[in-house]
Amino acid sequence: MLERPMSEILIKAAGVARHYRLSEHRTLRALDGVDLEIHRGATIGLVGESGSGKSTLGRTLVGLQKPTLGKVVFDGLDTASPDRAALAKLRRQRQIIFQDPSSALNPRMTIGDTIVEHLRVQGWTRADARARAAEMIEQAGLSAAFLSRYPHEISGGQRQRAVIARAISTDPAFIVADEPVSALDVSTRAQIMNLLRKLQADRGTTMLFISHDLSVVAHMCRDVAVMYLGRIVEIAPRAGLFETPRHPYTAALLSAIPLPDPVRERTRVRTVLKGETPDPAARPSGCSFHPRCPRASELCRTTDPKMRPIGDRQQVACHHPLD
Amino acid sequence: MNEPDTASSLLDVRGLEVSFGRAKAVDGISFDVRRGETLGLVGESGCGKSTTALALMRLLRDVRLGGEARLDGVDLLDLDEDSMRARRGADIAMIFQDPGTALHPMIRVGDQIVETLNAHIKLSRDEAHRRAVDLLRQVGIAAPEERFFAYPHEMSGGMCQRAMIAIAMACSPRLLIADEPTTALDVTVQAQILDLLRELTGGLGMGVILITHDLGVVAGMTDRVAVMYAGVIVETAPTTALFANPAHPYTRGLLHSIPKLDGGWDEPVPTIPGSVQGAMELSGCRFVPRCPRASEACKAVPALREIAEEHFVACWNAP
Amino acid sequence: MIEGTLDIAPIAAPARASAVKRLMRHRLAVAALIVLAVLVIGSAGAPWLAPFDPEELDIANRYAAPFTGAHILGTDDLGRDVLTRLMYAGQISLSVGIAAMLVTVVIGFSIGAFAAYYSGWIGTLLMRLTDIMLCFPSVFLLLFVAAFVTPSLTSMSLMIGLTCWMEIARIVYSQILVLKSADFIAAAQMVGAPSWRIILRQILPNTLSPVLVAATLNTANAILLESYISFLGYGIQPPAASWGNMLTNAQSDFQVDPWLAVFPGIAITLAVSSFNFLGDGLRDALDPKIRDR
Repeated sequence: MLERPMSEILIKAAGVARHYRLSEHRTLRALDGVDLEIHRGATIGLVGESGSGKSTLGRTLVGLQKPTLGKVVFDGLDTASPDRAALAKLRRQRQIIFQDPSSALNPRMTIGDTIVEHLRVQGWTRADARARAAEMIEQAGLSAAFLSRYPHEISGGQRQRAVIARAISTDPAFIVADEPVSALDVSTRAQIMNLLRKLQADRGTTMLFISHDLSVVAHMCRDVAVMYLGRIVEIAPRAGLFETPRHPYTAALLSAIPLPDPVRERTRVRTVLKGETPDPAARPSGCSFHPRCPRASELCRTTDPKMRPIGDRQQVACHHPLD
Repeated sequence: MNEPDTASSLLDVRGLEVSFGRAKAVDGISFDVRRGETLGLVGESGCGKSTTALALMRLLRDVRLGGEARLDGVDLLDLDEDSMRARRGADIAMIFQDPGTALHPMIRVGDQIVETLNAHIKLSRDEAHRRAVDLLRQVGIAAPEERFFAYPHEMSGGMCQRAMIAIAMACSPRLLIADEPTTALDVTVQAQILDLLRELTGGLGMGVILITHDLGVVAGMTDRVAVMYAGVIVETAPTTALFANPAHPYTRGLLHSIPKLDGGWDEPVPTIPGSVQGAMELSGCRFVPRCPRASEACKAVPALREIAEEHFVACWNAP
Repeated sequence: MIEGTLDIAPIAAPARASAVKRLMRHRLAVAALIVLAVLVIGSAGAPWLAPFDPEELDIANRYAAPFTGAHILGTDDLGRDVLTRLMYAGQISLSVGIAAMLVTVVIGFSIGAFAAYYSGWIGTLLMRLTDIMLCFPSVFLLLFVAAFVTPSLTSMSLMIGLTCWMEIARIVYSQILVLKSADFIAAAQMVGAPSWRIILRQILPNTLSPVLVAATLNTANAILLESYISFLGYGIQPPAASWGNMLTNAQSDFQVDPWLAVFPGIAITLAVSSFNFLGDGLRDALDPKIRDR
């Protein structure tokens, strides 16, 4: 994968698949064979549209869902292992920040209670948990007064900060941020993005940042992986991805993003894709992108492309990558 | 984009106020939309932009409306329900944010278009059917003859949105209000839908109010922009002027806080401190708690004043 | 701190219109609370407040009309004071009502929570059981069971409780199904919270409101059911009085003294409707979505 000399691999996903049996003939492949290695301290973005499987991959890597096939190895440990002590350690180390801050907090518990309960479940004493909660809420940029508030009494951005405070309270090695700013206003997004960056930089946490918004991902991650219909189709360092996208889907995605610049927006040349993402339960044959791809050939219709290295530290799964 | 007919105002809104009980959602806004022009109405959640749209369409209940909104001279706020119903669809139409909930789930898509046609135009059953199929084709739905009989839940988000556009355009209204028409869609589908809207409305010289929080969409789709904050309009300008010379501190903050795709990735993103909570209760300028340029003068509510050609700003300390 | 990582918005004091205050605005609910207070005090305080002894016979004065003489509400077929009997009967009827309600809440919540949280075949089995129970009209079910069981306060409460838990089970089931998919439950599961802890700490507080409302309505129902069964002779047996069995003889004595039917009937009506109105008021007070006007 991406070469980062001298650092170890924290998480490795090998052939991870998640299938849902809808009926005798239809299987929904939310994830269809994902291989990914994430190094310690890395910040990697996962982008894709609906049906890409990015949320499913994030939840699988953090242990919320079990893969149907393949395995996830965390810090050398197979996450499917029945060893209880090992699993308990795993839980502290992996945390997730959810998309919808309203659903991520118990409406009947104060912010303080939520964080304290989170810690007590893991064996902290009440006193220690309370102290830690106060410390964490401050790290998340809120005053201690927020500990006694209920979620409905504070704004969306403040709720998300509370969710972040809970997530960092156990000082996890790995955090998955699943669309953490999508539900927030534009002016609040920047605040939360800056907070996450600061926390990540201060603690060296390994972070997987999931978003459909490439410009948000650009500011949060050094590397970016693009997903389509349950597979990773391209991984690259961010500069490489934005300047020289290799997969036609990546190029189309970049092209579709409206730029806040009227002059450029009206003069740019765009690739507008035909059609929409197909139903994940009815994957096209061969390369699943071929029905919409402007470069599709007969080979694309019959054969599934494998990930291979290309250019400067980039990887792409395509028979006819862009240059 | 067609050159807007600057001489004639299609929609002229003056001092529009919308109140729910004691709470004022829209506090006296004025703007106009010209024939063939797309006006962007930009703001964050709670600023009152959607409420404005619903007020213009007279779709709000238990509400007190103030001011006037003249469509080709006729004050929409003053009409009785029957007259307004005659105008909805025929003169002024709206498309909504979530296509999944905006279409009737139990009626076939084609029939929903026919229903709109029948409400305003006298057509035979066959003619109405043919026109509906034709409209489905115009909005880019493949196999429109078969899709006529589809239900909304059988169609994807993008297709539902196209169907909604077909319903809205069925009677060629003079004014189209699009309330966050692509927010719920994937970005690649958004590009398709925006292209479609541009094509259809441009061809008919329709006036369009495009409501969105996405400044990128505004940049590509609009001729002029009005920026709303906490129930008031703080700035209006031609689109190129707004992006080149934003005058109001809120507009500047908003533009600067958009993460850029082409650089500055390692610096913190500039932010607007604080939040909009509590702004509605303030007397004087509502942006004061978050404004880097707040001064004594801001205790009085600033009115919109012209600082350049067609460029108005409601701020004592701008530009 | 990097610019823009601190939230400098001033935090306003919490504007919590407490549920109690909102309840107080519901006039019928307040009236209901007052009526219930009177009924409860009257029943619980019967030994001290009642004008006569409930067993005291005054054959010479039987079938006395109310509002004449010493017996305010008259006397029954054995000359016992109606008001006194009403107050003592209230002890039984109200206790059975509340005890039965507690049984329904415990059983209903357990079954609903279990079915929803563990889902799969256990959940389906439990909810189908609930559906089956709902098919039987509760009165007939009770009569059937009462034929085999010696009626007493405890047995009646249990019987009624065992036949009325289904509504609460359903409410709890649907609430928890919705909650299960909430992210905060996932967050708790992720750190290894055991199921019982999640149900107790996370889920229970969120189901409190609908269960509370259902509980008050169940109390009303339980009082009514006890009255039916006792009236039919299968419930509380004389000489112990319940509002229901005070009506048993009232039916046959109707020609002689119609008043005997009136006052127990009023007592039942007042208790049942008060619990119903209280339930309505609670539902409005606890629903966060209803706007404060």
